[in-house]
Amino acid sequence: MKILVCISHVPDTTSKINFTDNDTKFDANGVQFVINPYDEFSLTRAMWFKEKQGATVTVVNVGEASTEPTLRKALAIGADDAIRVNVNPTDGFLVAKELATIVKNGGYDVVLAGKESADYNGQMVPGMLASLVDFNFVNGCVGMEVDGTAVSATREIDGGEEKVSTSLPIVIAGQKGIVEEKDLRIPNMRGIMMARKKPLNVVESSGVTASTATQSFEKPAPKGAVKLVDNVDDLINLLHNEAKVI
Amino acid sequence: MSVLVFADSSEGKFKKTAFEVVSYGKKVAEELGTNLVALTINGGDASELYAFGAEKVLEVKNDLSTFNAKAYASIINQAAEAQSANVVVIDSSVDGLYVAPMVAVAMNAGYASNVVALPSSTAPFTVKRKAFSNKAFSNTIVSTDKKVIGVAKNSYGAHENAVAGSAETFSANVPEMGVTSESVDKATGVITIADADIVVSAGRGLKGPENWGMVEELASVLGAATACSKPVSDLGWRPHSEHVGQTGKPVASNLYIAIGISGAIQHLAGINASKVKVVINTDPEAPFFKAADYGIVGDAFEFVPQLVEKLKAFKQA
Repeated sequence: MKILVCISHVPDTTSKINFTDNDTKFDANGVQFVINPYDEFSLTRAMWFKEKQGATVTVVNVGEASTEPTLRKALAIGADDAIRVNVNPTDGFLVAKELATIVKNGGYDVVLAGKESADYNGQMVPGMLASLVDFNFVNGCVGMEVDGTAVSATREIDGGEEKVSTSLPIVIAGQKGIVEEKDLRIPNMRGIMMARKKPLNVVESSGVTASTATQSFEKPAPKGAVKLVDNVDDLINLLHNEAKVI
Repeated sequence: MSVLVFADSSEGKFKKTAFEVVSYGKKVAEELGTNLVALTINGGDASELYAFGAEKVLEVKNDLSTFNAKAYASIINQAAEAQSANVVVIDSSVDGLYVAPMVAVAMNAGYASNVVALPSSTAPFTVKRKAFSNKAFSNTIVSTDKKVIGVAKNSYGAHENAVAGSAETFSANVPEMGVTSESVDKATGVITIADADIVVSAGRGLKGPENWGMVEELASVLGAATACSKPVSDLGWRPHSEHVGQTGKPVASNLYIAIGISGAIQHLAGINASKVKVVINTDPEAPFFKAADYGIVGDAFEFVPQLVEKLKAFKQA
């Protein structure tokens, strides 16, 4: 089984978010970048397939050279090789199109991604990719098994879960549940040493254009100070008369 | 040209988000000087959509018993083609987020998800979207001729705007679906976090799962869903489906009540989209107080039972 895991390079969840150039660019100054947390769940699931059922695992990122440490971390966790598509990922559709070229050329059976990235939270790339390469697609996946070419998966729905059956080739957009958080891998020293020797191939953009562009960023308006009350009568009064939510 | 909205439904009834996207789509259609068409698939009574501005409702009736993303995406695309729709509006329910990217590819349309406001401009078409886990917004230009807009739940709201609408049957081809539903396991008789206007959430401050009775009672009085912080679901006190936060469920409710939750940044990322936040915590330094609108510095075991009793009296008054 050939597995491709899509990796986003995102600010650590505790990062302060700031912008530069008149609020048109994200300020990466002092920001720690990590493997997108949702992708980590899918990467760990790929490792499980590699170890239990036999699979090769390639990781891919659409991004500029600054994302390579994140790909090396994925290699240290156990991926066999990595691909970086050398383009600034300004738009989800652009990323999906670049990934589609990699998938078509690579002959993958399973593409695993996180359901969204922790920066733009767009939840668009996996579904677009599946449509572009005409693979089956399960979004918000919280469990999956592969038996031959048959796939059984569980996805989260509003208020519950749905079990589905489908077949390879497939794109899976995973989240917590596809593996448990306690099972996430942390690179060990041997993995880090081995990762240095694993191939990280850089391919140039296939020349697709973006369909959206960020004109500017803004932060939410500063919040007023919390109103502290010392009894529930006052709280009920405020929620009813001021906030009008009860 | 027209604006098409997909009005999602469940078991023959429109979801609340259907009225939100129809309200949103109506305004966009007005700004573009065109008409609004709503598409339903085995949906509810079309006249419910006229009330929010849908002049025309295309009703697809078929034997799809459950949602299927590929089939739905194909039907939405066929309707968009039939109506020459350049803008398609879809909600941000779990199913909406599943189907919208597939619609965008089928239409070769730029897609903006998590949109929180009407376009600030229609030429260029510019929308405000949530980004960085609700810590910022991106004003995004969608530069393609065709556009798919995903409206974030509870951000624009449902606005009555009654029109004399009409419904017609729309015949669409259903493609090979690829993914087959085997079973659905859905909580019945409880309000889910996705549907709730009010969410009552509790954390480790409750000391143990045996103390959740008062949280459930408070939720019951308010008609709210129950939720919890990540440590609580990790400890197994509450199911993972109730975990709210960055890697758990997002909450965009009108009222979020946090009891005994300190307010880790990952938790706040999950609830930032909620409109009014109330915190009850013994620790006055808890970071959640900085994010909250109203707070009680005090013991949940003292204040929550009082709140339940007083709210019962308030509701009866």
